[in-house]
This record gives sequence, structure tokens and C-alpha cells, in this order.
Amino acid sequence: MANENVRMWTELNIDLKSHDMLMNALGPIFQEVYLSQKNRPAGMGFYDFVVGDIHGIRVKELREHAKTGGKVVATYCVFVPEELVWAAGAIPVGLCAGTQFSVPIAEEVLPRNTCALIKSSFGFKLGRVCPYVQASHLIVGETTCDGKKKMFEMLGQLQPVYVMEVPNKKTERSRELWHGEVLAFKDMIEQLTGTKITAKKLGQAIDLVNKRRLALQRFYNLRKVRPVPISGKDALLATQVSFYDDAQRDTQMLNALCDELDKRVAAGQGVAPKNAPRILVSGSPMAIPNWKLHHLVESTGAVVVCEESCTGTRFFSDLVKPAGDNLDEQLKAIADRYMNIHCACFTPNDERPDDVVRLAKEYQADGVIHYNLQFCHTYANEAVKMAKRLEKEGIPLLRIETDYSDEDAGQLRTRIEAFLEMIKH
Amino acid sequence: MISVGLDVGSRTIKVATFDTAVRDCLVTETGANPLRRCQELMSGINYDRMVVTGYGRHLVAPALGGEIVSEIKAFAVGARHLYPDCCTIIDIGGQDCKVILLTDAGEVQKFEMNDRCAAGTGKFLEIMADTLEVKISGLGNLALGATRTVQINSLCTVFAESEVVSLIARGEESGAIALGLHRAIASRIATMARRVGTRKRVVFAGGAALNPCLYRLVAEQLEVELTVPPQPQIVGAVGASILAQNFHSAANI
Repeated sequence: MANENVRMWTELNIDLKSHDMLMNALGPIFQEVYLSQKNRPAGMGFYDFVVGDIHGIRVKELREHAKTGGKVVATYCVFVPEELVWAAGAIPVGLCAGTQFSVPIAEEVLPRNTCALIKSSFGFKLGRVCPYVQASHLIVGETTCDGKKKMFEMLGQLQPVYVMEVPNKKTERSRELWHGEVLAFKDMIEQLTGTKITAKKLGQAIDLVNKRRLALQRFYNLRKVRPVPISGKDALLATQVSFYDDAQRDTQMLNALCDELDKRVAAGQGVAPKNAPRILVSGSPMAIPNWKLHHLVESTGAVVVCEESCTGTRFFSDLVKPAGDNLDEQLKAIADRYMNIHCACFTPNDERPDDVVRLAKEYQADGVIHYNLQFCHTYANEAVKMAKRLEKEGIPLLRIETDYSDEDAGQLRTRIEAFLEMIKH
Repeated sequence: MISVGLDVGSRTIKVATFDTAVRDCLVTETGANPLRRCQELMSGINYDRMVVTGYGRHLVAPALGGEIVSEIKAFAVGARHLYPDCCTIIDIGGQDCKVILLTDAGEVQKFEMNDRCAAGTGKFLEIMADTLEVKISGLGNLALGATRTVQINSLCTVFAESEVVSLIARGEESGAIALGLHRAIASRIATMARRVGTRKRVVFAGGAALNPCLYRLVAEQLEVELTVPPQPQIVGAVGASILAQNFHSAANI
């Protein structure tokens, strides 16, 4: 199998030497962060397997699909309506952008004062270290921030890129613009695949993705329980994998994991000590393998119970409303659903602090950690409003700004320890 | 019962012993092997319990059998012990600076701390003193004696050093440069303090509180009176030694 993978990577024009270094680095990190955890649900075995073979079997599936003429559409962001991709018989795959490894490669081109997520994603392409990027026929970007917007222009010189325009306001005019973008994306995907999207196929795709969203909702609901049956790290990993795994299989795996967690909950079995502080993390997305904050928090004795982020509730909290067999209505329902993501790219975005206050209560959080990637101006600025709101609500808040490197781990640990001491009494 | 508080900082190690009151306090260089340094320090001391804080706490505590608390908690308890009406602490240490706001009951209500680099910390002043060829102990007085000042725009230690080098090359007097550097740090810590808020007695702790110019500028910028303890570096160690006295209750709060 190892040789087969190497052959596949070679065919995909992967820089094997660099790729080996990345894979060799990931193993020990995963061991330290994940496999050393105690009391893990057996259902996490699937996700351990997925990470253990992260550039193997799933890439192979995508290649098999491509061999029969199928298309692979890579995305970065929860705004890209994957239903349209599935409906055209293509496979959407969420790309990861969560490692320091590809940052120095990107810095050869991109300005240093760019957020780690943008640099990491660009570095993956520039350094040819990600087989998912290499195996995709189209990368779909979006205009959720200026850094990404400009990076996509440069990425487009290396591989076909299509950018969706996400509006900045939530007015009626903005909704119209976005609706138009969804229609244009449908045309684009039809053109790429040579397949007409019908109401029947789109209805099936809506159902497919909604089912995964429901599974994720069920999964997160279990995290509301005290004592919480699963660690924040494990929950984050399952959510991260949902971005790029097959939707149907992922739904099955999530539901199987939930069945196991149901039993834990019924038995009152928690993953952390009963008095462990419960933390809600809110802010920038954590792309795989970015487990830095969760690892720091959970190795300091707390447990993360929810993520208000794109690798958390924003990914699944709303369903696309079923719209029968009418294609126009389906497309409208899709546009409405995606427009209701409370991303910091909007101004104003007052729904987000409301969400955090509501989630903190629902998940019985003792405190909130606001996490933003350095140079992510939208989330950094929203943190100011968030701080005022949470102070008013009497919910303790720690604001953290960081990147993917480990150089600030000491300072972060001090601040997290002090925050936990503060909220424990 | 004799308890020991050990504050293993990036630049210095502070030890405080406590039985019914604070007994001995000691400040020494951290050096390159803080664990060995702590072992040497503790070999001559009889004690029942120990609490370790500071940057090296996770290295030292397991080896010496101590409990761990964060610097924030240690400074809160230490400052409160020294000044029962203290509700705000400004601490500028070797590689970090922080502002801590306490409730009337002495619990940490809010705090801010610098992110990652040595910008605006004791280490920053040390490097600038080197560049200006004065001892760190004389840097504050050099600045206080200045007849004019210059604007230092950068707080990054590396960039500020090159800024200082160009000022020297321009023939600027070192007193004016020193004053500019102090003003830059004071303004940074004052911004942090305004973000957290200041209340009641404001204690200025950490090694940088020994610097008379910084003391004056921070007080001026914040328009508050600052209290500097007789030994401002040992506030964290004192707090740790008190926490060690009743660690079981401390561990549960």
C-alpha cells in the first residue's frame, strides 16, 4: 500500500521529499495530541484511521472517481454550497490549511503579515505537498477576506480557481447579489462536469448534506451534557474530517459515534473530571491539523465543549429548507441558508455575539476563549464587541491571538492557566 | 509550617519563605539551567510545602515536588498580602508585562498580558541599555536627566534597536534616546492598563518597577499614584509562598 501511495503521489506531481517531511512530522504530533488522551470513545478509531492515512485512501477514492470522468472540486470555506457540487456528480473536498509546515514556503511569495490560514493553504499548492489540491479539477475560493481574495488571484496562476463573491452586508441587495452568485456557481459546475443539475439531483444532494448537518447537530448536542462525554480535541477532529470525507460515510460514522456517546451520557460517564472547567471557543476556523489551542486548553485541565466557528457550529447549525421539486426554489433555499452564516466578513454582524451568549448557556460553558488568527482583522475587531457583550452578560472571556507556530506556547499556557484559575471558583 | 514560593522567571529566580509571615526573600539570575539553579537554591532550605510559578514552573515543579500556579494568581495573592487595599497590579518582568484587576475580595477579575515577544519588557530595557553602553540600573536615571526627548516608534526589540542605532549615528544624546525608550514602554503598558481598567491602589511590581523613570512616566500617563513594594521583584514569589501555606484550599478555588 505504501508503494501504491508513492506511485499515486508521484502521478499527482507531489514533491515527495517535502511531503515525507510533512508526514513524518504529523505522526508524532498526532500521537502526542490525540492518541495519548485517556478514555476516548471507540468511535474515534475511524478518525484516527483517517488521519493515519490522511493522504492515502481518500485521495485514492477521488482518483478513482476522476478516472471515470468525475470531477473533484476543492473548497476552503463554509460559504461554498457543496450541494451543487454533489448534484452535478462531482465530489467536493474541503482543503486543510492548518499547518505551520507550509507557511515558510508561502512566505517566499505572500506578504508575511498575512494570516497563517492563507499562507498555509497557498504553501500547500506552491510546495506541491497536498494530494487533495493536486487531485482537484477546480478550487473554489470566496471573498470572505481581503487576504484570501488576493491570494486566490495568485493561486489561480498555478491551478484553475473560481471565486464566489460573498457580500459584506446583509441587506436585500446583498441577498440578491448572493443569490446571483449561487446561480453562477451552478452554471460553472455544470460547465465543469458537463452535467445538467436537475431538481431531482439537487433535492437528493440537499438531503445528503442536511443529513450530515443533522448528525453534527446530534453530535454537538451531546457535548452540552455535564459531564461531557467527549473531549474537545476529538470533537474538533471529527468536525474537521467532515469537511473532506464522503458525506454519506461521514454521516454514518458520526451517528455511530453518537450512539456510543448516548450510552456514555446514560451512564453519566464523562471524559474529564466533573469539576473541569467547560470552555466555549469562538472565532477563526481551525483547519486540520491545527489543534494548538484545544491541546493547550485540555492539557491544562479544562475541556472544550463547543466551537462557535466555521469548524464548529457555523458549519452545520442551519439546514437548507427542502423545496420540493422546484429547481428555482431549491436554489433560493440554498442561497438563503448560506447567507445566514454569521461570519465576521459581514458588517454589522451582531448575530454572532448573540450566538456566543446563547451557546455559552446551552453548552453550560464556564468561560469563552475568543480565538483569532494573527492578521485576521475581521475577527480581531469583532473581539472588541464580543468582550463588551460578554462582560455585560457576566461570561468570563479570554482573548487569544496566535498563529500555527509554537513560539508563543509558553505565554499562551500562562494566560490559559490564569484564566482557568480565574473561572474555577 | 514553612512554605516556599518559587518564581522561576525568564531573567531571575525569586524565592520567598513564609511561616507566619514572609521571612527570607532572595533574587538570583536564572541562567541557562534553571532547574539546577533551583535545586541548588532549595538544598539549604527546610520547608514543608512549595508552590512554583513563573515561566519555568512546569520544568521545576515536577522535579522539586511543588504545586503550580500561574504568575497572574501569584501576583494577585502577593500584592494583596503586601497591600490589602490593592485592586490593580501592573507587572513588568523579564519577558512579559501584565495588568491584573482584582475584585474587592481579591479574586482575579480580569487580566491582560503581552502576546509573545519581549516588546516593552525588562529584556527590552536591558538590550537598549547595552546599546547605549550603560548599566540597566543606571538607565532610568540617564533618562530622567535628559533635557530633551526623541520619538521611538517601534516597540519590537529588534526594530527599536536599529532605531536607536540610527539615532546614535545621528549624534542624538543618549539621555534623550533613553527617555524616548521609556516613554514608548510606558505608553504601551498604560494602554494595556486602560483596556483592563484601574481601581483603588495600583501596585507596580516586577523588576522594571525599580526603574525611577518608568515609575514616573507610567504614573503620569495613567494619572494615578503607583505603589512600588520595597522589593518589587518578589511579589510573585511571596504570593506563591502564601498559596503554598494552604494549597489544598488554593487548589480548589
